[in-house]
Amino acid sequence: MGVRQEDDINAKIIPPKEQEISDEIEIKVKKYLRGEGANLEVLHDKKLKGQLAVREELYGKSAKAAAKAEKWLMPSEGGYLEAEGIEKTWRIKQEAIAREVDILSRKNQHDIVLPELGPYTMNFTSSGRYMAVAGRKGHLAIIDMKSMGLIKEFQVREAVRDVVFLHNEQFFAAAQKKYPYIYNRDGTELHCLKEHGAILKLQFLKNHFLLASVNKFGQLHYQDVTTGQMVGNYRTGHGRSDVMRVNPFNGVIALGHSNGSLSMWKPTSSAPLIKMLCHHGPVSALAFHSNGHLMATAGMDRKIKLWDLRKFEVLQTLPGHAKTLDFSQKGLLAASTGSFVQILGDFSGSQNYSRYMNHSIAKGYQVRNVLFRPYEDVLAIGHSMGWSSILIPGSGEPNFDSWVANPFETSKQRREKEVKSLLDKLPPETIMLDPRKIGTMRPMRKKEKPSKQERDAEMEAAVADAKNSITRKKKTKGRNKPSKRSKKVQEAVERAKRPFLEEELSQKKKQKISEQSELPKSLQRFVRKTA
Amino acid sequence: MKVKVISRSTDEFTRERSQDLQRVFRNFDPNLRTQEKAVEYVRALNAAKLEKIFARPFVGAMDGHIDAVSCMAKNPNHLKGIFSGSMDGDVRLWDLASRQTVCQFPGHQGAVRGLTASTDGRILVSCGTDCTVRLWNVPLATVTDSDDSSDNSVKPLAVYVWKNAFWAVDHQWNGDLFATAGAQVDIWDHNRSQPVNSFEWGKDTVISVRFNPGEPNVLATSASDRSITIYDLRMSSPARKLIMRTKTNSIAWNPMEPMNFTAANEDCSCYSYDARKLDEARCVHKDHVSAVMDIDYSPTGREFVTGSYDRTVRIFQFNAGHSREVYHTKRMQRVFCVKFSCDGSYVISGSDDTNLRIWKAKASEQLGVLLPRERRNQEYLEAVKNRYKHLPEVKRIVRHRHLPKPIYKASALRRIMTEAERKKEERRRAHSAPGSMPRVPLRKKRIIKEIE
Repeated sequence: MGVRQEDDINAKIIPPKEQEISDEIEIKVKKYLRGEGANLEVLHDKKLKGQLAVREELYGKSAKAAAKAEKWLMPSEGGYLEAEGIEKTWRIKQEAIAREVDILSRKNQHDIVLPELGPYTMNFTSSGRYMAVAGRKGHLAIIDMKSMGLIKEFQVREAVRDVVFLHNEQFFAAAQKKYPYIYNRDGTELHCLKEHGAILKLQFLKNHFLLASVNKFGQLHYQDVTTGQMVGNYRTGHGRSDVMRVNPFNGVIALGHSNGSLSMWKPTSSAPLIKMLCHHGPVSALAFHSNGHLMATAGMDRKIKLWDLRKFEVLQTLPGHAKTLDFSQKGLLAASTGSFVQILGDFSGSQNYSRYMNHSIAKGYQVRNVLFRPYEDVLAIGHSMGWSSILIPGSGEPNFDSWVANPFETSKQRREKEVKSLLDKLPPETIMLDPRKIGTMRPMRKKEKPSKQERDAEMEAAVADAKNSITRKKKTKGRNKPSKRSKKVQEAVERAKRPFLEEELSQKKKQKISEQSELPKSLQRFVRKTA
Repeated sequence: MKVKVISRSTDEFTRERSQDLQRVFRNFDPNLRTQEKAVEYVRALNAAKLEKIFARPFVGAMDGHIDAVSCMAKNPNHLKGIFSGSMDGDVRLWDLASRQTVCQFPGHQGAVRGLTASTDGRILVSCGTDCTVRLWNVPLATVTDSDDSSDNSVKPLAVYVWKNAFWAVDHQWNGDLFATAGAQVDIWDHNRSQPVNSFEWGKDTVISVRFNPGEPNVLATSASDRSITIYDLRMSSPARKLIMRTKTNSIAWNPMEPMNFTAANEDCSCYSYDARKLDEARCVHKDHVSAVMDIDYSPTGREFVTGSYDRTVRIFQFNAGHSREVYHTKRMQRVFCVKFSCDGSYVISGSDDTNLRIWKAKASEQLGVLLPRERRNQEYLEAVKNRYKHLPEVKRIVRHRHLPKPIYKASALRRIMTEAERKKEERRRAHSAPGSMPRVPLRKKRIIKEIE
C-alpha cells in the first residue's frame, strides 16, 4: 500500500517542461477537433447513441494525434521578424532584411521592369510555384518561380484585364478585351468563352472547377471548365463592379459595388445570399482570410474595415486608402495604394490588426495588385512598370501538405492529382455560406410558444405602432374633426390587436379540445360542447 | 533585428535517386483544406456507386449431387474442405478452391439428415433417415493427389444402427461426444455402438441440435412442438425450455459470444436469444418472406448467414433487425443449408437444385492479395461511405438491391398485413380503457412460455 501511494505522488509531479508541452498540445487539439462534438443526449436510439459515442472518442484521439504530429513532425518552422530595442518592425527596409537572409531567399527579392506593356496583374497556382502575369497592353507570361525561368510569354495585342490559373499550371484564363480566353501552358489558345462577354475580373473556384467572371454590365457568369457547361448566369442589378473575390472557405463569390454595398453569390440562386452595406463610398478592394471568418474591405471613404463573417459585424476599422488587399496564409493583410504597400498583422491573437511592415516602391509606379505567394514569405506586387517581389517574414505557411499542394511536384504527381481532384469535384450545390452544414442533423423544429408577458409586450408594441402611424396624418379643409381622428385611432388599435386576440382564442379552443381528449375516443362524441 | 524567412532547399524535399520513393509531407491543418466535408460527401457517393459496380458475389457452383442437398458440415481444421450430404444418401467432400469433389462416402440408404466433423477433423459423422449413424475416416489427400481414386468409396469406420430415424447430428467443440436428434436427443461416444446418454422432454421429435462453442457440455435443440430446449450434459435433466409460436428449424451459437444463439424460425424471421435469459429475445431479424431453413454464424461472430425456403440467402449483422445483403439466382431453388466459411469471407449454400454455391460474404470485395496501398484505399472508401450512409442520396444507392419479383411482391404483402394488424391493435387500444392493453414488444410476443 505504501509503494502504491508513492507511485501516485510521483505520477502527479510532472516536470514543468512536459506540462508546458501538454498544454500546448491541448490548445492545438482544439483546432483539429473542428468545432464542438455532437449532442448525443437528444437521441433516443440507444444503439445509434453508442455507436456515435465511440466515434466521438475516435475524433478526440485523432485530433490529439494530429496535434502531436504538428508539434513534433513538421519539417520547417515559420518565418518571423522581431525588432530589437526601440526599433519598430515597420521601419525595417527590404535592404536590411536582404542583408540578414540567405542567398536563396535573397533571390525572392527582385524587381522586373517592363515599362511599355502597362500595369501588371498576376496570379499564383495553389502551390506557389508558377505565376501568370498579364500586362494591360496584352503581355501574357507564365514563370516558374523556383528556377525563375520563363515558361512561355506571348502577346495577344489586345487589352488584358485579368489572368487566373485553372486547376494547375497547364491552363490559364485571360480576361481580354471582348471575351475571356483559355490558354494552354504552351500559349495555344484553347477556348474563347463568348458567353461571358467583356469581363473585368476572373476567379477560379478550385474545388468545384468553376470559372466565375463579372462583366462590364454587372453580369456574373459561372462556367464549369470540365464540361464547358454554363452553370449560372445572373444579373447582379448593381451595375459595373470591379471588385470580385472568391471566399476560399465556402466558394462564395463576393462582389463590391459602387454604392458601397457588398453582395455574395452562389451559382444556384439568382438572388444574392447576402447584401451588406460596407462603406460610404464605392468599395475599392476586398480580401478573404482562408479560415472563412475574416474579411477585409476597403472603400473610397478612406477606411479599411475588417469584418467577422459569422456575425457580419465590423471587427476593426483602420484608416487608409487601399486599391488592393490580400490576406496571406498566416493571416497578414497587405494593403496598397499608389506606390505604397503596407502589411498589417494580428499579433495579439485577438484579431486586432496593427502595422507590421511598410514598403514604398519607386515614386511614379502605381501598384495594380498585391498577392502573397502561397507557402513562401514573399509578396508579389504588380505595378505599372512591371512587377516586384519583396520578403515578408512570417506570411507563408512553412509546412505544405503534399496531397493538397506540393511545390515540388513532378509531372507524374501532377497528373495523378488532376485525376483525383476531378473525381472529388464538388457539385455547384455545395456552395453555401456555412459549408459545415453538410452531413449534420437537421435541427428539431420546436416552435417555442412565447410566454404571456412576451405576448402582452408584443401586443402593446403593435398598438403603439398603430397609434403613431395614424396620428401622422393631419387633414385640412374641415376634415380634421377630433371625433373622426379618435375613431380612426381606435380602429387602428383594434386592427393591431386582432391577430393576438385570435391567437388567444384558438389556444383556448385547443385547450378545450385537449381536455376533451382525456376521455376515451369512443366517448368523445358525448361531451357537451360549451360554446 | 532578428529575421528568419522560409527557405526550402530542393534536396530536402525531393528524392535523391529515381529508385527512391517520392517524399510525402503531411500537414493536417484544417485551414489548408477547404470544404472538406463536401469533398468527403462526394467521395462517399462515389464509393457507394463503385461498390455497386464491383458487386459480383457469385463465385461458383459445385455440382455433382443428383438429389437435393440436405446438410453440410465444415471441418474447423481445414479451410478448403466442406462436406455435403444429399437426399439420396450421397455424402461428398468438396475442395472449395477447385470446386471439385475430393471423395465420396457412399453407404447411406436414405436421405442424409445430418453431418458433422469431429474436433480434430479426422472423423466425419453422418446420420440419416435409415436409422443409422456412420463414422468415416476423412482422407487427408487433396484432389491432385488422388486423381485415380477420387471417386473411390471410403469404407466407413463404424456403422451404428438405432431405433429411430435421425434428424440432425452435432459434435462437441472440444470433446469426444456427439449428439443426434431424432425421437429424443442421444449422446454418443465414438467407440460405443449405443448412445451413452439420452434426453427427452415431451414426446415430439427433435429437429436440430447444436453444441455450444464455449461450453462443451451445453447444447441447444429445437423440437417440432415449437420449443427450443437447452441441455447440460453434466446434469442428467434438461436445463430450460422455451416455447414459441412457430417451429424453429435451426439454431446457431455465436462463436464469439457463446451465451447468445440465434434460432431460424418458420415464421420467416430469426430470433437471437441470450441463453441465460430466455423470456425475451435480444433481437428479431426480419427480412425473409418464407421459412428460414438454416443459419450459420461467421467466425468473427459479427454476422450470420441464413438460407430460406424463399430461394434467397441473406446475410445479417448480429444485432441488426434487417439484412445487409441478399443473394439469389434464377437457378437456385429452395435453400436448405448454408455455411459461413472458416475465414469469414465466403458463404456456401446448398439448395434444392442439387448444387452447392459459393458466394462472397462481402459482394464487392476484391479477392486475392491486396497491396497495402490498395487495401488502405478500400478501407478508407468503406469508412467514408459508412459515415455518410444515412444521408438520402448515399442511402438510396447503398440500400438498393434487386429482388426477384415474387419475393418483392411477397415482402410488400407482408408489410401491408403487418401494417393492417398494427392499425387494428391501435384502434382496439384507443377504444379500450387506458392501460388495459399493454404494449408487448415483438421480441416477447412470439414467445409463449418459458419452462424451467
